[in-house]
Amino acid sequence: MRYISNTSAQQKEMLRSIGAASLEDLLSPIPSKARLSRPLNLPAALAEADLIRHMRRLASRNADADEVVCFLGGGAYDHYIPSPINHLISRGEFFTAYTPYQPEASQGTLRTIYEYQTMIAELTGMDVANASIYDGASSLAEAALMAHSATEGRAELVISRGVNPLHRQVVAAYAEGPALRMKEIPISDGATDLAALKKAVSGKTAAVIIQSPNFFGCLEDVQAAADICHGGGALMIVATDPVSLGLLTPPGALGADIVVGEGQGLGVPLSYGGPNLGVFATTTDLIRRLPGRLVGATVDRDGKRGFVLTLQTREQHIRREKATSNICTNVALCALMATIYVALLGKQGLRKVGELALAKAHYAAEALTKIPGVRLRFTAPFFKEFVLQLPKSPERVVKRLAKEKILAGIPLKPFDRTLKDCLLVAVTEKRTRQEIDMFVQALSQAVA
Amino acid sequence: MPGYDKLIFELSSPGRIGYSLPAADVPASDPKELLPSKHLRATPPELPEVSEFDVVRHYSRLSQMNYGVDTHFYPLGSCTMKYNPKINEDMARLGGFARLHPLAPEACAQGALQLMWELGQDLAEIAGMDAVSLQPAAGAQGELAGVLMIRAYHLARGERRTKVLVPDSAHGTNPASTAIAGYRVVQLKSDSEGGADLMDLERSLDEEVAALMITVPNTLGLFEPRILEISEMCHAKGTQVYMDGANLNAILGITRPGDLGFDVCHFNLHKTFTTPHGGGGPGAGPVGVKAHLEPFLPTPVVTKTDDAYALDWKRPQSIGKLQAFWGNFGMLVRAYTYIRTMGPDGLRAVADNAILNANYLMKRLEPYYDLPHPGPCMHECVFSARRQKKLGVSAMDVAKRLLDLGFYAPSTYFPLIVEEALMIEPTETESKETLDAFCDAMIQIAREAESNPQVIHDAPQTTPVRRLDQTLAARQPDLRWRPRRA
Repeated sequence: MRYISNTSAQQKEMLRSIGAASLEDLLSPIPSKARLSRPLNLPAALAEADLIRHMRRLASRNADADEVVCFLGGGAYDHYIPSPINHLISRGEFFTAYTPYQPEASQGTLRTIYEYQTMIAELTGMDVANASIYDGASSLAEAALMAHSATEGRAELVISRGVNPLHRQVVAAYAEGPALRMKEIPISDGATDLAALKKAVSGKTAAVIIQSPNFFGCLEDVQAAADICHGGGALMIVATDPVSLGLLTPPGALGADIVVGEGQGLGVPLSYGGPNLGVFATTTDLIRRLPGRLVGATVDRDGKRGFVLTLQTREQHIRREKATSNICTNVALCALMATIYVALLGKQGLRKVGELALAKAHYAAEALTKIPGVRLRFTAPFFKEFVLQLPKSPERVVKRLAKEKILAGIPLKPFDRTLKDCLLVAVTEKRTRQEIDMFVQALSQAVA
Repeated sequence: MPGYDKLIFELSSPGRIGYSLPAADVPASDPKELLPSKHLRATPPELPEVSEFDVVRHYSRLSQMNYGVDTHFYPLGSCTMKYNPKINEDMARLGGFARLHPLAPEACAQGALQLMWELGQDLAEIAGMDAVSLQPAAGAQGELAGVLMIRAYHLARGERRTKVLVPDSAHGTNPASTAIAGYRVVQLKSDSEGGADLMDLERSLDEEVAALMITVPNTLGLFEPRILEISEMCHAKGTQVYMDGANLNAILGITRPGDLGFDVCHFNLHKTFTTPHGGGGPGAGPVGVKAHLEPFLPTPVVTKTDDAYALDWKRPQSIGKLQAFWGNFGMLVRAYTYIRTMGPDGLRAVADNAILNANYLMKRLEPYYDLPHPGPCMHECVFSARRQKKLGVSAMDVAKRLLDLGFYAPSTYFPLIVEEALMIEPTETESKETLDAFCDAMIQIAREAESNPQVIHDAPQTTPVRRLDQTLAARQPDLRWRPRRA
């Protein structure tokens, strides 16, 4: 077995040093009636070449976004991933290290996290960002729990139906333990109904939660929602798409107290939905309630700049049941991908990504809605994603276009029955005019 | 890399670029024509302006400031820092896996669903469980899923239990996950042998106790010999028994949580199943359950019919979702690759050699460091530096000196019940030669503590920075870079 280094001669020698006659001697604390008396019932070991063949066969039964034309979004996007990212994250010194508990031997990781925290703070317009949460949905759930504790136990979450329904389900699961109630606010023409929001917010509200660009791709009036939220003394949580923030107004400039988001678009592969990158940022006032790890700058004995994990008294390994969160392992490597992505794209590139996605999405929306019977479901302004209303079953359209290697979009029926004739379409900077035109043609045939 | 002290922001030069973006091949439009101006950012974010080569050199140099398993022995107890096979990485990067969208139609994801279904079956067999959810993103989220399922199970039976028992030797995530799930945590004492104190358990068990959460082998590296008795005591009161699977590496193919009476257990794929730790994550924390808890698994569940695999969302009793999508799929591909590489005999050999290595190391170091709980140990052993502490050398000092001698440090000050704890987990992938070199270093440090403690207090000296001022970092938090004002 190539991953086990000791030879059988060494194993015998080691047993002799231990003073054990056989390995069995070392297993004596395990009760014999609890032992497995047979080998595990698993497929036999495969040689590397055979395994590769098997894995390639499995992979070939999936839609590789480079082999099809992908208009799928809904919280995961086919953005361009620059080549250096994979090379750099694959360096064993990053890849095979763990949480930087010994900072002197982990300055590489610590510095990249400090850079990441700075980039996320800049993009979101917030004071401080943590080292990451698992994904956008669990980040949102952590934000809700944080608001609950920061408002001295207020137990009501007012959440817009513009928030990704899969993320809302995660908030609901996390809300179960502390028994938080979720009050959902309807959308009106693609954006949160602010009049309904105003009615819903009260002295019991821990947080108002909106997403912008929201699940339907539309931009919300974050400032107006924040004003209503703060009027009730609640915390404003804004979920966002960090890729949009080179171009769009950051939530931090619009009254957000906590900004979360799915950072997958920042250089993280689609990978069937995980691992992703949970972005989490907040204000200096709330810093001691922050979930997850934080890296801070300090100095060493010789006065030289260095970096450490800090404010750890918030965390589970110190505070146990009183910790701000149970998170330990996070998604540091995905945060590193995002750090390298943002470094490569930089001040100008990230804005250009936003401009390209915006322009291509609007070109696509205009061309698609020229097809008879196809129209935009909402008129609210959108960024890179929009909802089409189709004259034929979206499920059937999706199936038909998949045969032509076009992943047309996400049918919305499973998320909202009132949108059963609708398809959510995402257009990133990676889509070409030719691909969009091909989609238009295929769709016009499919709905004809 | 001595001397390198840059942050990416400090390499920035206005106008320099490091990207190549797709062409603007649609009619050009000014964002102001497409969006109301209030939505457009007034000032650009302060991000670096650097070239691609700047980026490659900067992060290559930063990587050299790290110790990783590929470069250094990493005996971090309870973290199972074993070799991460390279073939796993190649497989996770196959286009059909790495570039598969989570909301692709199921017909376009049959290979991925098959992999998930088979991995679920494999993990169930390894743990002696009836069903597995691959969704939790890490061990702590697996714990939360497990405790929420236990909660839903009791509620479905009309029982509103309020407490969860957690031993004092447990990982911090256990009480933290339990508290988030809405339970009061009751701490159980360990007995003098390092196992659960059965008297304390007997006293604490009542109809209010929803679950006992216990790590097997425990964080002292010891197998709880009365585990069958413990699960029987719990079940007699209707209490569910949860196994923290952080240390599963020690028992692969030897015994199974399900056969020990556990109702739930989680797996840390980044420990036992060789997915890389990545500097702190991502991991994956699938959770396995016995049949009576299956209705409560997170949604969706991967199912298999005669001719297709699917995601089943119709689970009315489910605890809901913990991640937006189906789990950390990239990590699942790596773990699946590993299990197929190893086969049943290979996995059993993992446990045997992990145990052998830990016992060998324990035996060699026992004359030099106090061993509060004598072995045989399982996959790890916990020493105390209390003898060295009397000479002014703490567990922390030992750890720092090890860095100078070319090794990452063991876990220190954990478990909390051991004074000046040094928790060492060698894993099965290290050779006797490496273990001997590490033991030689530990023995050298024990001798230095007596003859030349200053060299220990001065450590580390070979790392990019020396000991860092933690107090300053916490008192004056500096959590982001800012441009130096002229």
